Amino acid sequence: MANDPIHQFQISKIVPIEIGGIDFSFTNASLFMVATVACAAGFLYFSTSQRGLIPGRAQSVAEMSYEFIAGMLREGAGSHGMKFFPLVFSLFMFVLTANLLGMFPYFFTVTSQIIVTFALALLVIGTVLVYGFYKHGLHFLQLFVPSGIPGLLIPLVVAIEVISFLSRPISLSVRLFANMLAGHITLKVFAGFVASLGTMGALGIGGAVLPLIMTVALTGLEFLVAFLQAYVFAVLTCMYLNDAIHPGGH
Amino acid sequence: MFVTSAYAQTAPAAPETPAAPGAAPAGDPHAAPAGEVHTETGVAHGGEHGGGTFPPFDATYFPSQILWLVITFGLFYLLMKKVIVPRVGGILEHRHDRIAQDLDEASRLKSEADAAVETYERELAAARSKAHTIAETAREAAKGKAAADRAAIETELAQKLSVAETRIGEIKTQAFAQVGQIAEETASAIIDQLIGAKASGDDIKAAVAAAKTEA
Repeated sequence: MANDPIHQFQISKIVPIEIGGIDFSFTNASLFMVATVACAAGFLYFSTSQRGLIPGRAQSVAEMSYEFIAGMLREGAGSHGMKFFPLVFSLFMFVLTANLLGMFPYFFTVTSQIIVTFALALLVIGTVLVYGFYKHGLHFLQLFVPSGIPGLLIPLVVAIEVISFLSRPISLSVRLFANMLAGHITLKVFAGFVASLGTMGALGIGGAVLPLIMTVALTGLEFLVAFLQAYVFAVLTCMYLNDAIHPGGH
Repeated sequence: MFVTSAYAQTAPAAPETPAAPGAAPAGDPHAAPAGEVHTETGVAHGGEHGGGTFPPFDATYFPSQILWLVITFGLFYLLMKKVIVPRVGGILEHRHDRIAQDLDEASRLKSEADAAVETYERELAAARSKAHTIAETAREAAKGKAAADRAAIETELAQKLSVAETRIGEIKTQAFAQVGQIAEETASAIIDQLIGAKASGDDIKAAVAAAKTEA
């Protein structure tokens, strides 16, 4: 059991809830969603509660993450994109905190569930679609017709653009999900090697050093991936929002 | 080899998972909702019991995950939108304003200081030129006074000199006048001693006068 690299993604019920025949139980996944939100919101709330003119360490971190996302959004989607700042900031903080919490041993990684990342990706694409049609009406469809294309090629290009647009929620969600999943499995497998080799006597303990080094290195890499995937998620969100704000601006 | 042995452990472990809440009977709650949910979920769930379904693809908990994600992320978004973003934005803006204000204040103070330095230098220059003027005036006055004094003294000296010269002239004239008389008396005395005769006064006078003109 302890060596099963898949077990860490197993969902277990904590409070069974069932509404209309559908299982809405409060599970360990839900618990860690709550923990993610509590950690991220608690940190941001209490670190900025002093409203210091000269920020302390915690307030600096909160301000840095704010300015990091604000700069990213302004660069990616222009100053009009700033109305989506709360959304992008929430997504980034949620994904980052969930990824980092997942790095704790025995903790559940919320973002290693495809349904969660897919729901977040759908939220982004849904926002793009709703805002795009609300703001530009049918002109939003210009998104699929890049300017300066010879007439003959238009059907082909439009088809490619439509497919690439439709694949966005899939690529956005699978990228985050697969990174977290694969990283955690690899980490678990190598850590498992250390344990199973360690039980094989003196030679095994000597041999366990290599996977141990690997596990330590992978842990560092996973922290990088945890941050990087939150960053990538936020950057792509900014890019997609830019399409909603400036559909002709390919 | 290692992974396979790990998989082998999945089966005995499965009942342990739902046992965690304690209240729910092991294994059964998994199956019960799955039976009531529509077939798709049921099928996926059936697979899980076989030990084959990969947990992230197990649709049993999709509704639950979505619901709780919507609740938690929704609350998080609202908190960000209503509290955190305005607050941090306010902090940053306040700091930005404060820095701009301080810079303005600093530049204002600098220009004030510059003005003060300029005033000081102007006054210094004025004072310096005034001092120069005063010194010049004093020097001129002193020079004038010295010249006047010298002129007065020179005049006085010249006056005294001319008085003295006059006096000397007078004495000289007087002396010259007496010289003739003395010479006459001396000459008559000499003649008297030499020849014992009395020379007439007029002859002697003429002789003295002649000698005097010769001299």
